[in-house]
Amino acid sequence: MLSPALVIASSFAYLLLLFAVAYWADRRAQAGRSVIANPWTYALSLAVYCTAWTYFGSVGRAASGGVWFLPIYLGPTLVMVLGWIVLRKMIRIAKAYRITSIADFIASRYGKSPLLAGLVTLIAVVGIVPYIALQLKAVSAGYALLTVPGGVAEAAHWSRDSAFYVALVLAGFAMVFGARHLDTTERHEGMVAAIAFESVVKLVAFLMVGFFVVYGLFDGLGDLFARAQAVPQLQQLLRLEQGGQFAWAQWFGLMLLSMFSVVFLPRQFQVMVVENVREDHLRRAVWVFPLYMLLINLFVLPIALGGLLYFGPGQGNAENFVLSLPLAAGQHALALFAFVGGLSAATGMVIVETVAVSTMVSNELVLPLLLRWRHLRSSGGQDFTRLLLGIRRAAILGVLVLGYVYFHLAGEAYALVSIGLISFAAVAQFAPVVLGGMYWKGGTRLGALAGLLAGFLMWAYTLMLPSIAKSGWLDMGFIAHGPWGLAWLRPEQLLGLQGFDGLTHSLFWSMLANVVAYVGVSLWRAPSGREASQALLFVDVFERTAGSSPVFWRGRANTQDLLRLCERFLGAAKAQALFDGYAQRMGVRHALALRPDARLVQFVETQLAGAVGSASARALVASVAEEETLSPEDVLRILDEASQIRAYSRALEGKSRSLEQATAELRAANEQLQSLDRLKDDFMSSVTHELRTPLTSIRALAELMQDDAGMPQAQRQQFVGIIVAETERLTRLVNQVLDMAKIESGHAEWHVAPVDMRALVQRAVATTAEVFRERAAQVQVQLPDEAPVLQADPDRILQVLLNLLSNAAKFVPSPGGRVQVRLVPDAQGVTVCVQDNGPGVQPGHEAMIFDRFHQTDLGVQVAHGTGLGLPISRHIAEHFGGRLWLEPSAQPGACFCFWLPRQAPSSGDKNP
Amino acid sequence: MLKGLGSQRLVALFAGGWVLFNFPLLGLWDRDATVWGIPLFPAALFLLWGGLIAVLAWLMEWPEDRLADRSEERPDDRAGGVPPPPAPPQE
Repeated sequence: MLSPALVIASSFAYLLLLFAVAYWADRRAQAGRSVIANPWTYALSLAVYCTAWTYFGSVGRAASGGVWFLPIYLGPTLVMVLGWIVLRKMIRIAKAYRITSIADFIASRYGKSPLLAGLVTLIAVVGIVPYIALQLKAVSAGYALLTVPGGVAEAAHWSRDSAFYVALVLAGFAMVFGARHLDTTERHEGMVAAIAFESVVKLVAFLMVGFFVVYGLFDGLGDLFARAQAVPQLQQLLRLEQGGQFAWAQWFGLMLLSMFSVVFLPRQFQVMVVENVREDHLRRAVWVFPLYMLLINLFVLPIALGGLLYFGPGQGNAENFVLSLPLAAGQHALALFAFVGGLSAATGMVIVETVAVSTMVSNELVLPLLLRWRHLRSSGGQDFTRLLLGIRRAAILGVLVLGYVYFHLAGEAYALVSIGLISFAAVAQFAPVVLGGMYWKGGTRLGALAGLLAGFLMWAYTLMLPSIAKSGWLDMGFIAHGPWGLAWLRPEQLLGLQGFDGLTHSLFWSMLANVVAYVGVSLWRAPSGREASQALLFVDVFERTAGSSPVFWRGRANTQDLLRLCERFLGAAKAQALFDGYAQRMGVRHALALRPDARLVQFVETQLAGAVGSASARALVASVAEEETLSPEDVLRILDEASQIRAYSRALEGKSRSLEQATAELRAANEQLQSLDRLKDDFMSSVTHELRTPLTSIRALAELMQDDAGMPQAQRQQFVGIIVAETERLTRLVNQVLDMAKIESGHAEWHVAPVDMRALVQRAVATTAEVFRERAAQVQVQLPDEAPVLQADPDRILQVLLNLLSNAAKFVPSPGGRVQVRLVPDAQGVTVCVQDNGPGVQPGHEAMIFDRFHQTDLGVQVAHGTGLGLPISRHIAEHFGGRLWLEPSAQPGACFCFWLPRQAPSSGDKNP
Repeated sequence: MLKGLGSQRLVALFAGGWVLFNFPLLGLWDRDATVWGIPLFPAALFLLWGGLIAVLAWLMEWPEDRLADRSEERPDDRAGGVPPPPAPPQE
């Protein structure tokens, strides 16, 4: 037993902590460092789905029905599988059109109908009242268990009833969290942060209790299950068919119901769609949220079985096992923490749910009625923001009081889960009109109204009325025999339909009526202009938001009036800032200089929609502008224009892309030309340098001989000898340049004949033998016994060989030089390698040495070279279909190889 | 709605999950057996559930298009412009 003061103080401390988290998050958001702008917080905020129902109710359900607590979580898991497809579209729509609630979403889709918005709000309020009652019941029952001996709260007068005070406190907190100030996007950073925090608390608390039961009270899972298996009653709980036939229809119905609920419950829509910061967060949230549900459900069955074993079957309320087990075992601190976890689960749900519903009530129910008074609508300059906040706070209080009343009317006779399911069935009625509206353009306002109304009435008749009747407030004969004794009108066996439990029966009839009425009435008449335009904006949202979206509005407006309208509903400073920002984007200096065109009107309407809902915003804008009614033909025409503009801009984009590409190609070509030009200049300077060196010496010697007539004959002979050698070198150089030019231009002459490579190699070695002897180098020749005969030009091949050999001769060290020539035939041709033990090629220069234009410095370094030998050789090898390369050998020195095919390709005969 | 392989995989996973968790496949696990001391039926339910979440996480965190984007972003080694080096020692 714990003292009431301790429990109350702990609860308040926890609520204050929640508020501190929210306050901190709000401050961070203002500083631009949002804490909720990450996928983990988003996923945790989705876990507001797990309420006191999960925390207390699931255990109760498991204690009586085994795995029956699970379909409520399997359904949402499956929804999350499709989340990236369906929810992302919903989020995109809500962001594009500033949707602030599920009522706003539906009303906006069906032509911004205020009537529809009001109906949805009404269904939501009536529908979630039982759900609120569930939370109050759970918290007050938990409180009673902890503080009252025996654990049962006596039926007290309301002024001494803990549930009443719980309701009041929660209302206060919901006001503080959700209705402190007005936001045009209806987003509450602080609230979401607090929700994410409470999700962590309730998970940790529940897991701790689970661990305590499994490992503290029992000897692990195996022990727990083994002992449960020994009790026949408990053994049933671990099986599917618990004695009778398994109710597949109910299982299916529960999964379907929870699939709808996880999206369409006002609080789920709020955290999932309205509070979403970035679409991309959904990518992680779709699997983290199911994982959260899996974790929080892991110990439900063990706690239920543990409680039943500990207290004995039928003893104690299974819904309170989470608290009563630690308490009975004397773990008071754990019991208190478990209570805080349960409080956490209930608070989170109540805060978000009431904030979402209060937004709907103020925007879709109260404000449209107020706007009917002309003086509120057009005249007067008073600020509406305070009024809006007041309405919201009143709505929060109202919903909680309704929840309290329901708790007293019907709640006490029902299990937690059964109460929650009544709410689930109510919000499931939104599914056809929302999903239909997102994927089917044919749905109309009347169809949606008919569908919702039919579904809601069917729900009220087959589920809500029986729940009240069973609590003793209505005559039970009404349930058993039907109204006025008409048996076919019995609420739980409508038209005599049997074999279903009450929930599945109600779900079947209400969904059937809903879908039939929605589709039937929608097909009755073609959509009007406004309906058609909204349908297009919703169904094709991914195409519409990608580029320029069409504006479905025609009429006359006044910028001044629009600004004044914004000031009244958003506050003067905010409105002015919005207009200035818009003017800046449009390139207009002053807000009042803006042209009041359709785009400005749409901008104003969207901004207002964020504060007062789309239907009210529509009415407000219509009150200050002279509008023309759009026909479906107009909508099509506007759409046509928009798609034409989009097509033009796409074509323009394509054109500019291809232009960019062409420019890039031209630039590349130009750069190549410039570099070639530069290389040509380098080559010219290299060639002239090469020509000048011998010319200079020839000229000097000739001048000497000219000036000195009496030069001795011997010296004159020596000079003439030098002159002849230099001219020979000149001739060689000029010949090579010409040769290169000829080969490159394709005018070279080729005389193809059979070539014996063995003989050719031997001839080349013999020719250069003198040079090697002068440099005291050894030449080693490795020839196979037999070498293939090639079809090539023997003189040219010899030229290549001589070039490689003379290169080797130049670079081997003067004493101790070694050169190796290898001839290796293969199936296709023959490879010749010339290996020397010189300095080798510098790393990184392997590719450059074949480039004739990069020989500039070489000419200086190697007096005898022309810088053209290797490029010419490579050209020759390639001409005969072979190649020439530098072997990347690990040995010191260089190894040049060329390979020639046996039969030159046909191009070799091109120039005979 | 179903453009791209990713979306089609998600729809297939949804259909698979729906079939696994309903009549009659769910009934296959309803046997008088235990795994690691835990009765087969609850254990199978949680394992199936966890498996579904794992596949979903895999699909969402490593989607095809994101992989494709990454390979495009890989820097091209050849693009690094090396200034022309000085002349090699050998012709």
